[in-house]
Order: sequence, then structure tokens, then C-alpha cells
Amino acid sequence: MSDITDAAAAPRPAAAPGEVLLDVKDLKKHFPLTQGIVFKRTVGHVRAVDGVNLTLRRGETLGLVGESGCGKSTVSKLLVALEKPTSGQILYKGDDVAKMGGRALKQYRREVQIIFQDPYASLNPRMTVGDIVAEGWSVHADIAPRKGRLQRTQELMERVGLNPDFVNRYPHQFSGGQRQRIGIARALALQPEIIVCDEPVSALDVSVQAQVVNLLEDLQDDFGLSYLFIAHDLSVVRHISDRVAVMYLGSVVEEGTDAQVYTAASHPYTQALLSSVPVHEPHLRGLKERILLEGDVPSPANPPSGCRFRTRCWKAQDICATEAPALVDRGQGHPSACHFAEARTVVPTEA
Amino acid sequence: MSDQQQADLRKDEVEAGTTTGLASPSVDPASDRQNSLWSDAWKQLRRNVLFWIGAVLGLLFLLMALFPGVFSRGVDPRDCSLSRSGQAPSSEHWFGFDQQGCDYLANVVHGARNSLIIGLLAVVVILLMGVVVGALSGFFGGWIDSLLSRVADIFYALPLILGALVVLRSGFLGRGVVAVAIALAAFGWMTAMRLVRSQVIAVKSSDYVAAARAMGASNGRILVRHILPNAVAPVLVYATITIGVLIAAEATLTFLGVGLQRPAISWGLQIDAGQRLLRIAPHLVLFPSLILTMTVMAFVMMGDALRDALDPRQRS
Amino acid sequence: MSTASMSVPSGSARGASAPVLEVQDLRVQFRTGSGLVNAVNGVSYTVSEGETVAILGESGSGKSVSAQAIMGILDMPPAEITSGRIMFEGRDLLTASAEEQRKVRGPGISMIFQDALSSLNPVYSVGFQIGEMFRAHRGTSRKDAKKLAIELMDRVRIPAAAQRVDDYPHQFSGGMRQRVMIAMAIALDPRILIADEPTTALDVTVQAQVMDLLKDLQRDTGMGLVLITHDLGVVNEVADNVAVMYAGRIVERGTVDDVFGNPAHPYTEGLMASIPMLEAKGGRLQPIGGQPPNLSSIPSGCPFHPRCPKRRLGADAPPGRHCAEDVPPLRLVVPGREAACHYSEEVLGV
Repeated sequence: MSDITDAAAAPRPAAAPGEVLLDVKDLKKHFPLTQGIVFKRTVGHVRAVDGVNLTLRRGETLGLVGESGCGKSTVSKLLVALEKPTSGQILYKGDDVAKMGGRALKQYRREVQIIFQDPYASLNPRMTVGDIVAEGWSVHADIAPRKGRLQRTQELMERVGLNPDFVNRYPHQFSGGQRQRIGIARALALQPEIIVCDEPVSALDVSVQAQVVNLLEDLQDDFGLSYLFIAHDLSVVRHISDRVAVMYLGSVVEEGTDAQVYTAASHPYTQALLSSVPVHEPHLRGLKERILLEGDVPSPANPPSGCRFRTRCWKAQDICATEAPALVDRGQGHPSACHFAEARTVVPTEA
Repeated sequence: MSDQQQADLRKDEVEAGTTTGLASPSVDPASDRQNSLWSDAWKQLRRNVLFWIGAVLGLLFLLMALFPGVFSRGVDPRDCSLSRSGQAPSSEHWFGFDQQGCDYLANVVHGARNSLIIGLLAVVVILLMGVVVGALSGFFGGWIDSLLSRVADIFYALPLILGALVVLRSGFLGRGVVAVAIALAAFGWMTAMRLVRSQVIAVKSSDYVAAARAMGASNGRILVRHILPNAVAPVLVYATITIGVLIAAEATLTFLGVGLQRPAISWGLQIDAGQRLLRIAPHLVLFPSLILTMTVMAFVMMGDALRDALDPRQRS
Repeated sequence: MSTASMSVPSGSARGASAPVLEVQDLRVQFRTGSGLVNAVNGVSYTVSEGETVAILGESGSGKSVSAQAIMGILDMPPAEITSGRIMFEGRDLLTASAEEQRKVRGPGISMIFQDALSSLNPVYSVGFQIGEMFRAHRGTSRKDAKKLAIELMDRVRIPAAAQRVDDYPHQFSGGMRQRVMIAMAIALDPRILIADEPTTALDVTVQAQVMDLLKDLQRDTGMGLVLITHDLGVVNEVADNVAVMYAGRIVERGTVDDVFGNPAHPYTEGLMASIPMLEAKGGRLQPIGGQPPNLSSIPSGCPFHPRCPKRRLGADAPPGRHCAEDVPPLRLVVPGREAACHYSEEVLGV
């Protein structure tokens, strides 16, 4: 917090577009649905991720929002190679991750790290904080020589706002926010290029969320990190992201800069999503247009034909049931996967 | 906010770990080396009274097994005289005499060796089988798991005593100490295996294993550093308690007439012989039973203390 | 915290009638292996007919425990209500007989929970579970109870209620399950509905549907709604009055417009500043430093002082207003506004 200066308090300038680090092309992950215990047969597939395209550039933050079951967490697992894609490609600096083996995959895993949502489940309860943070150096021994590891661990702890004297404590002795800092230190230890943040603040108390968000922003500035920031909280995503992608039922329905997506939402789902978020400022209450969606999200095991959102969409026409809309710019200024995409201001802009 | 206030708040934040009130006295924040699970567990064990009672008793019985002469006050257990048959305890002969007129203290002391060898040997076999089979089953899943689990189910169908009884009656292992230990282990490993398997499955899907995998850790490293420490602790506890159960099972088998045979000396044989004279000479059942119970208790107490020590969350 | 000043503001939009529910100086402790946990430390509030009172707080602020005490569903032990009164229609529920309490809880006050799945019994159909309310409290016949259950499911806008009445909880989505819970809670026309984080487990589009439903039901029935939540947005959009809790105490109370528009307690102010906005990118967030307090060792004086940017310690503090030593009472700062801070006037800027 000592580095809060006047410069940092001003809105951060939009980062100049760097090289493309991660290029995700038509990524799919289908989980088989099986019946029977001894004789398993496949009775269908859950299309958790069904054709996702994303790009992440150096130094930028890409926000990925969506509701539960939209596949955003599966995307994060695919990106850190914890799951293998059913089809499609993840290109990291031009190389296909699925074709990486041995040393290349190990190097990829060093450079692409992950922070989990649940700070209680993501730390081994039987390891000390020091061991947790330093574990990556046992796997990638070239980063830190054995001798100075304790000192480097303590430096890292200090950098993420933890008391370095607590190096021998266990995770259960820390609060939720502090544990999330431990998880960040563990990811940071490997000097990654990209950190996939899978709902990193949604399990934290409101007053602690902002601490962790600020920490992530500071670390990005200091180390030139790129983030894929996955969350369901639209306000947090807008705050931290340079670009935002909105997911619905396994695919991206709208993508653009934070201003494009939040002030000129053009996909009906994005509009409904934004209109549902309760605002916390009394003077903005009631100013927002309310779009109440009917029904529930369809099962990803049996998604609707054509446009996935058509079953809940007030704009749906015959074409929506037969033809899946491509994620392209139809004149609204940024890509949107709707045949009838039309920019609309849902969120009242701050006067 | 002024810079000073910012600095204060930051300090509070760093110190907040102390105000959560969970600070463990077993952890010395100033120490310049990193603690490990095992060194912290040992620090915790050292402060547990129950552990020390169990450990002292266990050590006592271990010494008894190794140097029976010291405890039997130099009396040979086979130095018998029928004239003293069934005599009650006296200041000269603390445990009295058995039916054959042998010094009973010497006999009970010499029984420790066979009982402990059987208990420890069987439990080591159980532990090895349980951890290896359970870890394979849980970690790899699929058909390996199906196969190993069904094998365990088949063994489960026979109760420990009954299974061991059948094997020993068949006689192809013989009737020695090793035979009894192996017969007991063969029908006692399944619970350990299931414990390890379910723990491995639970731990395998946890976020911290995912985190380790995501940083490129190998299967071996994940098994050794993350899965086994979290999966084995409950099994170790189970094993310590099982030592006691196995010693009791040995006594039962011997009592049923399929375990060790005279002239071997064991607590089971003594209880078996003594129960026929329960009315005339109750001390013949009392003393071996008492020592047997204390041995079982010693291991159960150590097991309990070990469970608490191996779980950092249990430390207060 | 004073017991006498509890009835002061109630400056609600429509809460002019006498309060239906009055909680007075409620204190709840938990006896645990590692010591005494002071979960609720002198909480007082009132709920009138048709009024929505939000209890806002983070985890461990005692907001849910106080509601559980009202409903009589605290596990005692380890919990223990050490003082206070819970007045419902003029009777103290804490001293009432078990039979009297049973008559109030259900028809008088009912509650919905965050986790609808674990609150419903998986082996009974939802229609049976809704109908159970009528059978247990009114002795309605099985057949009539089912008919009433279908009506209720219609009222909470479960589509095709007549077809779904025999379905089991796992066949419903999260939002629909929460509707089933609401149907059970309003079955006996309670005068007070306590909603404990009713939408926390739901997606934002479903949350909007459920909050909408609750507001409509309240308008129809005139029940008082106690909304327990950590979400400032939900409070702002739904509630009339809000009580902000911290470390088991109410630190600020007033209308939502007043409290959120111009906070009188540094904690509320900090919360408002730490939340990013949806409407604009905004600058750097201004978090509250430190960690939420541990209820087994609540800081001395004002429980918020270790995290407070406005605290005064040592020689800076005037006598009797030392933040680390003197507990600030919940006091009237300006008409209609209560806050538990020695320096609320400065926070408010009056």
C-alpha cells in the first residue's frame, strides 16, 4: 500500500497492445456422460466449452464473465493444461499447447500460472507457507538456487503483503484474504508471463476484495504480467480488465474493451446481465433499465440449436433456431454473436 | 489518507495474522530454518501426555521382548516344578505359578516377544499393502481401481479371525510366528487400503493438487508431497491402533487352538490354559490379560496422539 | 451499546405503523474448545409492517446468528443467548413457552436460507414439503394441502406448477429451489419474513428474478422483510432501512439513502469506497486495511479501530473518546441517523 501515489490513483492508461501471448482458437471441451458402473456406456456429452476464441496480449488483462455453468472455469483448466481440449487449439507464443511434451510443457506450465477461487481448498493444509510458496522452485530448480530460497520466499511474502516471519505457519492460521495472498505468492514464485485468475476474489469479504484487486494490479505493473481474469462479478471485471469477453453456455457471445461491452452492450444476454446487477449508489437506483430474463439456463448436455440464447431471448426469430450467429462486428463497433446485435446503453453512466 | 496512516494500516494488515488468535505456540516465527510437517508433528507429540504414557508403556514391552531375562528377575520360564502348581502370587514370585509349576512372571514376560513380533510384523505388511494398493487404486482409478477394489471385497467377505483360522488350519504356512503374522495380515489389509484409497481420491481432486500439477510437478512429486501426507496420516493412526487389535487376534487364534503351539510361549496360550482354571487360580488369566490390555492401550494412545499431531488444524 | 435508544429512527418510507418485531440488546455467545466467541454483542432493531430492513455485514459480523436467535434455531449449546429480548407482537419470544414459540415461528415469523438445496429434504416431493406447512400448522387434509401447494407454487412463479408439484428438489434449478423455499416460508402468511442471504448462491440474472418476487410478495401481503446480506447492491435496490454490522454490533443505522449516500461510520464509508463501480472504470480502489476481526478476541474500544483511517489514539484523542479504549455507543448523530463512532460528525462533515 505504500506505493499509492498520486500517479497510481489516476485511471491507468490503456496499455499499448503488446505481442499476442495466448491465442485460443475454436476451443472445445466435451465431457462424456456415462451410465452404469461396471459396464460404462456413453449416453451423451456435456458441452462445457463449445467453440471459444480468445486472444491475450502481453501486459493486458482479459476479463471473462459469465454465470455458473457457462464454462468459464473449464476454460481456465484448459489454459493451464489441467484438462485436454476435445478439439481446437491453444497457441502460446505460436506453439500449440496440446502438441507440447516433456520440457516444452513444463516450461509452459511455469510461464502460465493459476490462482484459485477457494483460498481454503487451494493450499495444502499439511505444508507450511514457506514450503507452499517455494514448491515451484523444487520443480523448476533453475529459477532459484537452493541456498537463497528461504530469503526469496520471505521477499515474496513481503511483496504480497504477508509478514515474512510467518514463513513457518500453516494455511489454517491465516484469514481468507491472507491465504489468497499466499496463493498469489506461489504463482508469482515461478516468474510467470500469464496468470489465470479463476474467481480470485469472489470468496473474500467485500472489504478484503479491494486489497487483493489492488495487489493484482500492482503486481501486473511491476512484473509486466498478463491476466486472464475470470469472475461473475461484473463490476470487479470492469475495474480490472482492459478487454472483456462474455460467455454464455460454452461460448463467447460478446467481446470488446470494457467501455464497449459495458456502455454499448450489443448482445441481448450481455444487456440482461448488466441490467440485473444491483448498483450500490443510492442516486443511481432505478435509473437502470430492467431486463428480467425468463426461465433458466438450458443444460449444456442438450443446448438449443442455432443461437444458444434464443430460448430466453426477446429478439429471437426463426433464423436464430437454424443458424448459429458468428462472433463478428455487425456495425456496433465490437464483435457480438447475435443476428440482431444492436448497441444499447443499459447501465446509467456516471455523471 | 496521509502517508503515515497508510503505513499504519499496512502494518496492521501484516500483523493481522497475530490478531486472528490462531497463532500456534509450536511454531517459532523467529527460527531461521523452515519447519516441515514431521518436525512440527514431533514438537506437538512431545507435549502430549497421552503419547508419553503410550510410548513409555510401548518401550517397556519392547524391552521386555528384547531382554526378557531382565524383567523375569533371572528366572527361566521353563524351570518348573509341579509341586508349586497353581500357587498364588507372593512377594517372592509376583505373578505366582502356573499349572505346571513354572514361574508365571517369567512366562508372561517371555510371551511379549512373540506377541509383539506378530503384531508389528502383521501391521507392517498391512501398512505396505494398504498404502501401495490403496494409492494405486485411488490415484489411477479406472479398471485398476475396479480390479483392486473387487479383490479387497473378496477378502472382506471373510472375517479376520475366520480367514486366519482357515489359512492356519490348512497348514501350508506352518504354525510359527511368521505364519500367524502373515495369516492375520492377509485378512486385515483391506480397511487400510480403503482408507488410503478414499483419502487419495479426495485429495487428488483438491485445488492444491491442481496447483501443483499446473506448476509442472510430476506424478511422483504430487503423490509424495501432496497426496500421501494427506492420505497416509489417517492410515498411520489406524495402523497403531491395529497393532493392538492384531496382538489380541493372535491371542484369540492361539486360544482357539490354531495359533502358536506349545512349547512356544505367548499370552494367547497362557490365557487359553488359564481359563480352564479360572475358579482355582484366577491370576493365570488375570496377569496375561492385564499385560495384553496394557499393550493394546499403549498403541491406541500413541495412535490417537499421532493423529492429532499430524493434523496442523488440530493443534491449539 | 445502549438498550434504551433502540426505537429512535424508523424513518422509513412506509414504516409508520407500530413495529411488529423488536429485537432488544441481543447478545449471543458460543462456547468452543478454544474459548468464548462473542458473535452478537448487543444488537437492537425493529421491523414494521411492510418495511424492509437490511442487516448488512461481512462474514463473522454476527448478522446470521442474530436471525437464528430470532427463529430459535441456534444450537444451544454451544450457543447461548446471554441477554436481550425478542418482542413479537408485544410478547417476548425468549421467555415464551416452547408451544407458544412454535405457534409464532411459521405463521408469525418465517425464514429462508442461502442454501435452498440443503434446506429441502431430498426424499420428499416439493409439493409434499410445501403442503407439510398446512398439515402441520392447520391440520389440512393431504388432498387440500396439495391443492394449496400448487397455488403457492403459482404465486412464486414456478412455471407449470400443477405438473411440477410431484417433482423432487434435485429436479429444480437453483433459482426454482429458492422459489420453493419462499413458497414454504410464505405459506402461512407470516407477518415477518427473514431472508438470510437469499440470493448469494444464485447467478445475477436469477437473483434479479428472486428479489423481484420477494418485493412483489411483500407488496401483496404487507409482511415485514428482514434481509440479511453482504451485498451492498442488493441492499440499495431492495431495502428501506439498513443496519450495518461489524464484530457483532450495529455500527450504523438509518435509511438506505442516508447511510449509503453519506455514511456516518468510517466502516460504511470504507465499504462504499472499496467496491468497484459498474458504471465507470474508476480509479484505484481504496480498500479497508487489515482483516475482519476474530470474534474470540475482538479489539478493545471501538472494534473497528485497528482498521480505521479516522481513529484517534493517545494524546490526539479527547478524554472519553479514545478509539482503542472507549467503546463508542450507537448514538443519534443527526435526526434519523445513528452511528457507533466517536467522530461521526467529522465523518458526516456536519
